[in-house]
Amino acid sequence: MGTTSDIKLINEDGLRLDGRSADELRPMKIETDVLARADGSAYIEWGGNKILVAVYGPREAFPKHTQDIDKAVVKARYNMAAFSVDERKRPGPDRRSMEISKVISEALSSAVMVNQFPRAEIDVYIEVLQADAGTRIAGLTASSVALAAAGIPMKDMVVGCTAGKVEGQVVLDLSKEEDNFGQADLPMAVLPKSGNVVLLQMDGDLSVDEFEKATSMILEATKKIHKIQRDALAGKYKAIALERSGE
Amino acid sequence: MLVSHREAIGEHMVKTREIVFPGDIVQAEGTKPRNGTYRNSDGTYSSCYFGTVQVSEQFLDVVPFSGIYMPRRGDKVIGKVIDVGPSMWVVDINSAYNTLLHINDTPWRVNPGDLKRFLGVGDYIYAKIMSVNEIRESWVTLKDVGLRKMEGGHITSIAAPKIPRIIGKGGSMVNMIKDATYTRIVVGQNGLIWIDGAPENVMVAISAIRMVEEEAHTTGLTDRMQKYLEEKKGEIVGNNE
Repeated sequence: MGTTSDIKLINEDGLRLDGRSADELRPMKIETDVLARADGSAYIEWGGNKILVAVYGPREAFPKHTQDIDKAVVKARYNMAAFSVDERKRPGPDRRSMEISKVISEALSSAVMVNQFPRAEIDVYIEVLQADAGTRIAGLTASSVALAAAGIPMKDMVVGCTAGKVEGQVVLDLSKEEDNFGQADLPMAVLPKSGNVVLLQMDGDLSVDEFEKATSMILEATKKIHKIQRDALAGKYKAIALERSGE
Repeated sequence: MLVSHREAIGEHMVKTREIVFPGDIVQAEGTKPRNGTYRNSDGTYSSCYFGTVQVSEQFLDVVPFSGIYMPRRGDKVIGKVIDVGPSMWVVDINSAYNTLLHINDTPWRVNPGDLKRFLGVGDYIYAKIMSVNEIRESWVTLKDVGLRKMEGGHITSIAAPKIPRIIGKGGSMVNMIKDATYTRIVVGQNGLIWIDGAPENVMVAISAIRMVEEEAHTTGLTDRMQKYLEEKKGEIVGNNE
């Protein structure tokens, strides 16, 4: 954001660099139970993003001073691999990843039934293997799948998507170039059943009308993403049930 | 502006063995939602797990596919001693929280400070949950029929929510496995299973348990298990046939 370029991000037909229309999502694929040691896990490919999520717990919170006597704490850790971006990223936590870890933890806490597990912690490790704009939302979307796969009680799934402004036009699900050279980026996550917003950030400027348009686009898109999450979770079990009933 | 996705999620009557997701509305004619559900502000009930629906005569439960064990009073569990204190043992029961066994809750006469003679780190016990408090601290007891220290045998574990399927109606499934493999099996409510017998037979029993775990959400499992155990008969080291 903030930088300018001569590349035309949207052509005369209203199509974007990768040929998508303004309200089209990038291709998305989610897999569950990819890690045998974790209590729950998920792998998401969303456009060029490749993210692995592992969930552990609930287990007794450690160190002990982080325990909460009447609820569980959700500890999400967002981490980018050194090779996830064009220029080598210096490994380890930095200002950006700590902020993202915090907002993801908070978003997940509002879905997980934390009151059932006093003094416990639920660890969510989000490892970004390849980044291509919208990693926080992709990580969060995969996290809620991994939590569900781990059998952790939740009020609802968490579904996220981004929208933004590119060449004065509101578009859905920004790609890397649109994120870098666009005018605004708006990541948002909701609980699809109640419509409660659990994560909302904005980089750049949007007018009130543009904001309204962007959020309604995101809400429309979360329905599709929610469907993909559910299909990913059910896949394995449906296959076994079908196979056995056919015998 | 912010509309909910109710219409996309659907609000139909659910059936037994149907797969549901966190937040899905669950309802069935003439039943009251019970375990694994929560009440919405509008009076409907939603699932809190990714799992299957279990509709009985009066109640509707959601059984998750996986998840940890939560201690409940009266449950009989298998636990592993992980620490020995001056008057208590700390026992890992495959849950988010460890549990405690006090010397007064054992059938032995234990002098304080002399606990290691009875149970050491790494020993397994079959114990009953005596009490659980609001912050999920729990205490177990060995003072009841059948409760004891586990000597010998093998330990295997499955996801705690699938334990009822291993046991089956009135113990039918576990008894079938026991009879077919000539093993002694103790099933803990917490997902740990103790098996004793000839090594070959234990292997067959474990593979049978794995099969139940994998197919816990399907119907007609008992019949398939019968067939499976029939096929495996050749691998069993029998003591009568």
